[in-house]
Amino acid sequence: MTSSLALEITGLKKSFDRPAVNGLDLKVYGGEFYALLGPNGAGKTTTLRMVAGLLLPDAGEITVFGTKLMRDPIAAKSKIAWVSDEPMIYDKLTVMEYLEFVSGLWGVEPDIAEQRSLELVDWLGLAPHAMERCGGFSKGMRQKVALAGALVHEPQLIILDEPLTGLDASSARQVKDVLLSRVKRGTTIIMTTHILEVAERMAERIGVIADGRLVAEGTFQELRERSSNQSSTLEDVFLDIVETGEEEAGLGSIAA
Amino acid sequence: MSGSAFSAKSNSFGWYAVHEMRLIWRDFASLITGGKPRRVVIVGAIITAFIIGLHMFVANIMRAPLASGIVADKATLLLISGFAVMLFSLMFSQAIESVTRAYYARSDLDLLLSSPATSRRLFQVRTSMLAVHTTVFAILIASPLINVLGFMDHPRWFSAYLVIVCLGGFATCFAVLLTLLLFRTVGAAKTRLIAQIISAIVGAGFIISLQVMAIMFGEGISRLALFTSADTVARAPDLDSWFWLPAQAIMGQGWPLMTLVAASGLSLILVIAYSARRFAVDAQATSGLVEGRNKTEAFSGFQRRSNMSSVLRRKEWDLLKRDPWLLSQSLQQLLYLFTPGMLLWVNYGSGFGVYYVVIPVVVMAAGQLAGGLSWVTISGEDAHELIDTSPVTSRAMLRAKSEAVIVVVGLATSPFLIALLWFSPRAAVCLAIGILMATCCAVMIQLWHRSQCSRSLFRRRQVSSKTATISEAAVSIIWATGAALAFRHGLFLIPFALIAGLLMWVAWLLRPQGQV
Repeated sequence: MTSSLALEITGLKKSFDRPAVNGLDLKVYGGEFYALLGPNGAGKTTTLRMVAGLLLPDAGEITVFGTKLMRDPIAAKSKIAWVSDEPMIYDKLTVMEYLEFVSGLWGVEPDIAEQRSLELVDWLGLAPHAMERCGGFSKGMRQKVALAGALVHEPQLIILDEPLTGLDASSARQVKDVLLSRVKRGTTIIMTTHILEVAERMAERIGVIADGRLVAEGTFQELRERSSNQSSTLEDVFLDIVETGEEEAGLGSIAA
Repeated sequence: MSGSAFSAKSNSFGWYAVHEMRLIWRDFASLITGGKPRRVVIVGAIITAFIIGLHMFVANIMRAPLASGIVADKATLLLISGFAVMLFSLMFSQAIESVTRAYYARSDLDLLLSSPATSRRLFQVRTSMLAVHTTVFAILIASPLINVLGFMDHPRWFSAYLVIVCLGGFATCFAVLLTLLLFRTVGAAKTRLIAQIISAIVGAGFIISLQVMAIMFGEGISRLALFTSADTVARAPDLDSWFWLPAQAIMGQGWPLMTLVAASGLSLILVIAYSARRFAVDAQATSGLVEGRNKTEAFSGFQRRSNMSSVLRRKEWDLLKRDPWLLSQSLQQLLYLFTPGMLLWVNYGSGFGVYYVVIPVVVMAAGQLAGGLSWVTISGEDAHELIDTSPVTSRAMLRAKSEAVIVVVGLATSPFLIALLWFSPRAAVCLAIGILMATCCAVMIQLWHRSQCSRSLFRRRQVSSKTATISEAAVSIIWATGAALAFRHGLFLIPFALIAGLLMWVAWLLRPQGQV
């Protein structure tokens, strides 16, 4: 893990009908695998969508590898890849055409892009379907195509929102292997997941969000030590932290 | 929750009918209110005002013919038959579209087919509802004329409503039988596309063929010219022929009306009884399409000289090329270019009058085509998150998409430009200006009023922004008129350019919040 800051979020706020993200501060270091956990509606996806440039924050600042997202979004986006839980790909394009299109958007040289694409489809088990249109692909296949698209321009920071939802064991294993190998090569990964076992096994640090704020952060061991129940699984620790965090948020709002 | 939904006997005809009618009503309500129930009063007032205006307009047109009296001679029956066939072609076109949608829209089919309920009864109700839906649409179109005739001439004209119901029944029967035939002959995978093309051709085809025949016989471009021609009247069958049955029924004659009602009712009952059995099997066949084998494409390596703009343009063209349904929907407007093309061909060298027909029609079609394609490329972007997270400025992305649209419109209208360039370079310049301006305005309106949707919702794109649809049509009309008049004198273009500019400014002011 390198010590440079891959992502720095300060005082991030976003409200819809009610505050979704409420003064969030977060630091993720280069080459780190960071898991963002939280109950439904805690603000995880909203936070990541703001980092990916899909949503404008109401307040706060997002810095990606030293580039301020709001000041120079193009430079910041060139370092990022975004993969959502429901990847939207073109049904009428083949896998290779999709990767060619994504490479073009990120300005990757065609020779390099083609070489990388062939490696990626092979690596992700998509080679037999490389020339097929994506229209009839299963959820797992679509997720792998989206992941290949995210990797083909070799981003420094990959943001994944629930990437393993709905995948079978084999596809999930493939995706996890690809992500871990990228981290070994120095790529930074931020991922939200509801599968706590995945966070426990894969992430170097875990952040827990509740009510739009970061209520706990650290390695699994550090979180366990913070929890009242120290011999517990991540699930127990998570529930304990979230409960405490929500209570504090409730008291905070009453005090305010 | 109301208790009424639970009170009817489940799986009965009435139970399904209540379910279907509720869905149709809510669909219709959301269509006219844009999903905002509070707009019901405003929309209702606008529709009422429009209907009253339409009645007044028709009453004004019919004043002279009514004053001289309407008799059931061959000329009158021929004109009424012409109206009836036009209406039937529209109903048939709509029925084909509705029947296909009932097979392919899978929103509730999976639930229904996997339930232990008898699907036959449901499909009996669904086909009956198609007939109702088709008939209501035609009644709305014809009601001003029927009401004016009924109140200003004689109440017997109100029997035309019953004739429309019968025509709706026939249209549904033919549409269902045609769809079943397509399933048997071309298979489930191609039925939808072919049915959509037939629907478009039938919808526009009858009117276009009337215009073509009128042009060929030198009667002009009017849809009714052929029916009012003395030559056609002379060739028409005698008054005692069965050919006049629908027209006589419309005029309130007893036996023709009863024959028509009996024939239509019996046909509908037989077709519903037959098709309901087949419906479930065919609907299951369409369900398997998605799981079917994927189409493959040849791979010849990545393009070596590609940049962001070129990959975006190529992507848009590839997606359009590979979606024949969407392409056929977008290119429907081009069907209407056939008659001006014909007019140009027949009248070549005979005078300048032809250019005043050709130029506005082509400009209108270009504007409408550009609007549809812009919606597909801009609002119907299926992977918008990918585009939004890429390091491409929004301006560059929109420019590339606009270029993709302009090139397609240019290609579609180029035969007319080339032909006019040959016949009259001045007319070609006017046409080029009109096409370019109408296209650019349509693209800009779609940019200002973009709202992210799936491109599969193309047919309902007007609902997502009524302002965009109305502005697009208005600006196209202005440029069409301006370009035609510019052929007489270039200065005539200036006031129309100013009006178009004003309309564009209003469209910009009415853009949704957050759009640049």
